[in-house]
Amino acid sequence: MAKIKVNNLNLWYGSFQALKGVYANFAEKKITAIIGPSGCGKSTMLRVFNRMNDLIEGVRTSGEIIIDNLNVLGEETDLVALRKKVGIVFQRPNPFPLSVYENIVFGIRVHEQPRKKAELNGIVEESLKSVLLWDELKDKLKMPALHLSLEQKQRLCIARLIAVKPDVVLMDEPCSTLDPQATARIEELMRELRKNYTIIIVTHNMQQAARVSDDTGFMLLGELVEFGATHEIFTAPKDKRTEDYITGRYG
Amino acid sequence: MQRHLDDELKELHKDILRMGVLTQEAIFKSIEALKNRDKAQAEEVITADSKIDELELAVDEKCIDLIARYQPMATDLRFITTGMKINSDLERIADLAVDISQRVQQIVDKPILKPLVDIPKLSQIAQNMVRDAINAFVEHDVALAKSVVLSDSEADKLRNAVHDELLNDYILRDPATADRAIPLLLISRHLERICDHTTNIAEDVIYMVEAKVVRHHPEELK
Repeated sequence: MAKIKVNNLNLWYGSFQALKGVYANFAEKKITAIIGPSGCGKSTMLRVFNRMNDLIEGVRTSGEIIIDNLNVLGEETDLVALRKKVGIVFQRPNPFPLSVYENIVFGIRVHEQPRKKAELNGIVEESLKSVLLWDELKDKLKMPALHLSLEQKQRLCIARLIAVKPDVVLMDEPCSTLDPQATARIEELMRELRKNYTIIIVTHNMQQAARVSDDTGFMLLGELVEFGATHEIFTAPKDKRTEDYITGRYG
Repeated sequence: MQRHLDDELKELHKDILRMGVLTQEAIFKSIEALKNRDKAQAEEVITADSKIDELELAVDEKCIDLIARYQPMATDLRFITTGMKINSDLERIADLAVDISQRVQQIVDKPILKPLVDIPKLSQIAQNMVRDAINAFVEHDVALAKSVVLSDSEADKLRNAVHDELLNDYILRDPATADRAIPLLLISRHLERICDHTTNIAEDVIYMVEAKVVRHHPEELK
């Protein structure tokens, strides 16, 4: 079932058109990877889902993105509510200069009415457990988050996002700063998270896209050239441009 | 963009072709040994098989190495995985040529049972199929690969005819002919198995070129 429907999406940065007539359906509780060379528009595509691009001056969009019944690009869309529903994890983990505990409850304090301490404690435990950090950090909740390892910081950022119960998790090259072992553990975490969330990941690492995703979209020069089941894209792509890119002939 | 992988794939292609040439030679010689009742030629096929076995292992190792080092995708992946399967089928075909040669050695010193009519026809079909399957692989020729798959039923019919004739006209009528009839019966069986392995190769070529699985789906050939 489609969680996100994209219809004829176009996006301009000033006079430069970064997305060109994109149509796609992103399946619910699946991992969709977006791949493509640098500058192809894949990060732009990801950030349009929670309108992070609005922060850039001169951005203009046309077309439609529907998440459940929410018109993402609508003028009246509540951006705070949208970003709670559609969270994002960035390339470099960016925990706040606060304790582990405060990082996780931060979103709840921003988005929701004040809650009792016991309730917040429960959310912290649940969020850390869902990213497999609870056993490591349950005795270090007051520790500054900036003291964690890179992988722990990335897991914490995912836990912080999960704490506000989003529907969709966007990941912009979430493993590019991690070593292979940490990458494998984050990928394992993504497979776990897929049970409850719709995940869209942008990655330069094609093996990662092939390993973790259910569907894959290939972008080139702002166009979504091909979109389909990952096993088909990586064994029998239909478009020659996709074939050339994934076999390393593009360039 | 020129890729180092392309050079490696060219080498793999050459090795699989070499496997094909050696296998074709083995079938040809085993059939010649049968036709000419030539024990020495049959022995030659048996001895040469170790070379094919070694090459099979080398090709297999190369495929695994390419997968491990390059993590190929799309056409590259299909070429390498198909190459592994074709390699294995060619090796099995060469083994069947050895089996034919061993049967030849069992009968050459005995009186001729009957003039060979259908077995040479069957062997010609088998050799043509192997030749065409290898050409289809080299040329990426899906039409030729399909024609190979469709030829298999002809081989099955001939094999059944040979089987019925040897069983009903010889073995059952005069059991004393069994020691000459059974090796011929087995040779027809080996030839038919060669055609089956060749069919696999042709089906793999279709997958390699078009990413379409026709194995167990004959309707896909239409």
